[in-house]
Amino acid sequence: MNILVFAETSDGKVKSTAIEAVCYAQAIGGNVTAIAMGTVGAAELEALGKYGAKKVLHAADARLNQGITLAYTSVIAQAMADENTDVLVLANSALGTPVAARVAVRTGAAFASNVVELPSASSGFTVKRSIYTGKAFSVVDMKPARKVLVLKKNAAEVKEVGGTAKVESYSAKLNDADFGAKITSTEKATGDILLPEANIVVSGGRGMKGPEHWGPLEELAKVLHAATGCSKPVSDMGWRPHHEHVGQTGIKVAPQLYIAIGISGAIQHLAGVNSSKCIVVINKDADAPFFKAADYGIVGDAFDVLPKLIAALKGAK
Amino acid sequence: MKILVCISHVPDTTSKISFVDNNTKFDGTGVQYIIGPYDDYALARAIELKEATQSTVTVLNVGLAETEPTLRKALAIGADDAIRVNAEPTDSFFVASQIAEHAKGFDLILMGRESIDFNSGVVHGMVGEMLGLPSFSPVMKLEISGTSAKMAVEIEGGKETVEASLPLVAGCQEPIAEWKIPNMRGIMGARTKPLKVVEPKAVEVPVKLQRFELPPPKGAVKMISPDNVGELVRLLKNEAKVL
Repeated sequence: MNILVFAETSDGKVKSTAIEAVCYAQAIGGNVTAIAMGTVGAAELEALGKYGAKKVLHAADARLNQGITLAYTSVIAQAMADENTDVLVLANSALGTPVAARVAVRTGAAFASNVVELPSASSGFTVKRSIYTGKAFSVVDMKPARKVLVLKKNAAEVKEVGGTAKVESYSAKLNDADFGAKITSTEKATGDILLPEANIVVSGGRGMKGPEHWGPLEELAKVLHAATGCSKPVSDMGWRPHHEHVGQTGIKVAPQLYIAIGISGAIQHLAGVNSSKCIVVINKDADAPFFKAADYGIVGDAFDVLPKLIAALKGAK
Repeated sequence: MKILVCISHVPDTTSKISFVDNNTKFDGTGVQYIIGPYDDYALARAIELKEATQSTVTVLNVGLAETEPTLRKALAIGADDAIRVNAEPTDSFFVASQIAEHAKGFDLILMGRESIDFNSGVVHGMVGEMLGLPSFSPVMKLEISGTSAKMAVEIEGGKETVEASLPLVAGCQEPIAEWKIPNMRGIMGARTKPLKVVEPKAVEVPVKLQRFELPPPKGAVKMISPDNVGELVRLLKNEAKVL
């Protein structure tokens, strides 16, 4: 089986979710090739061999430094034809998912997104998808020979299998229409751990009492190498930027550990976090509904508990 | 400008999810259905653009007869006419194929970034590809001037400003517009607005549902004293193994 993995990069680095996608492909078994776009260092791409990629196609066209959906679609669809790809694997992202949708239509492939575990080949080719915003799963059978899978975070374990990937330069035929959309500016938080990719997320709600009180929460995030998130009211009031809003209408996260501080746990918020492996809730209201969805809970004031937790974590290192 | 807004008819966010018929069918008993919350944002922005630019707004839903109240609500909010493709929306490729069949000739094709039942988040991309139009998602801001659009598109950790020419497809999310609540006049007027029912185009669906599953029940929460946070750190390390 020939598997192609989209190795999405950000600022010249392969994203951690893309590494998960390579590991997923490796675990399916077969001939794993990755494809990366724009300016990326050769060493960064060779390192994908550690996770199972035998070869990395590098479409280094500088126009691909911007994540333009149509251009990426064209490159990947052509690479699938050249590589005789049976299965294309991508990690869910603002860019990856729309590209996957278009590639599936263009190449006539069966499509599944939000895939949470490895496919089963016991009868046909079935995958399990997360649906109803994390409240259920569907198991679907993918009929056509060619398939496109978009993975939810943590669909595969990151495992090093050794090896160096061979990097080949790849040039696809791109036309003006592929670059018809112009990205005129990009605003991006720099240096932070990005929310959708983080293994640990620390989120604050109205219980934090105001944007000026976020210091202890940010310190906790730093100690844990975690991303920071927030509830909808916090983002609506402008205490924190919209891209930190976790919930039904914001970002849905699936980290190993989600720590909610001063968030009551409205059902819309829970919809964004219910795929987390472990949930810790800190709230001074013992009746906060979030405790029902938590693995561990502390009833207490955030400004009392946070410094103690930070000290305990520092002490444990 | 002609605007098409594709809306999904989905269980309210607070619904309890369960399945019947040997886990092959969603149990709609007692479930309240709503316009998909993301689609609702797309509709709200379409109505704002209609008022600002002398446009018409058509809403489209792929669904069986029970979805008509949802379409009527969209008409009450301010859409001019509605199309219902008479089929069960079981698969994104199927739904996208039906939308593409009716979306030709529109300048702006809007919908939510994803439906909250199947969560695929891909119908906008598929429709764009089927019609040979650019597609953008998740769009948080959409301004139209003449035949060009200026959008804010969310990316991980930030946003991009993107410019493109119409026609285009956009998957929308907040804060593109505030949800609109229909007023009495809108509700009365919606009753007589045109709602066309069309039969679906035959499409071979490449993905077949085998069954639904529910996640295993959650264990009880373990409460820890605020004076003993060291215990929490120990449990996260040794029991949950997440540190």
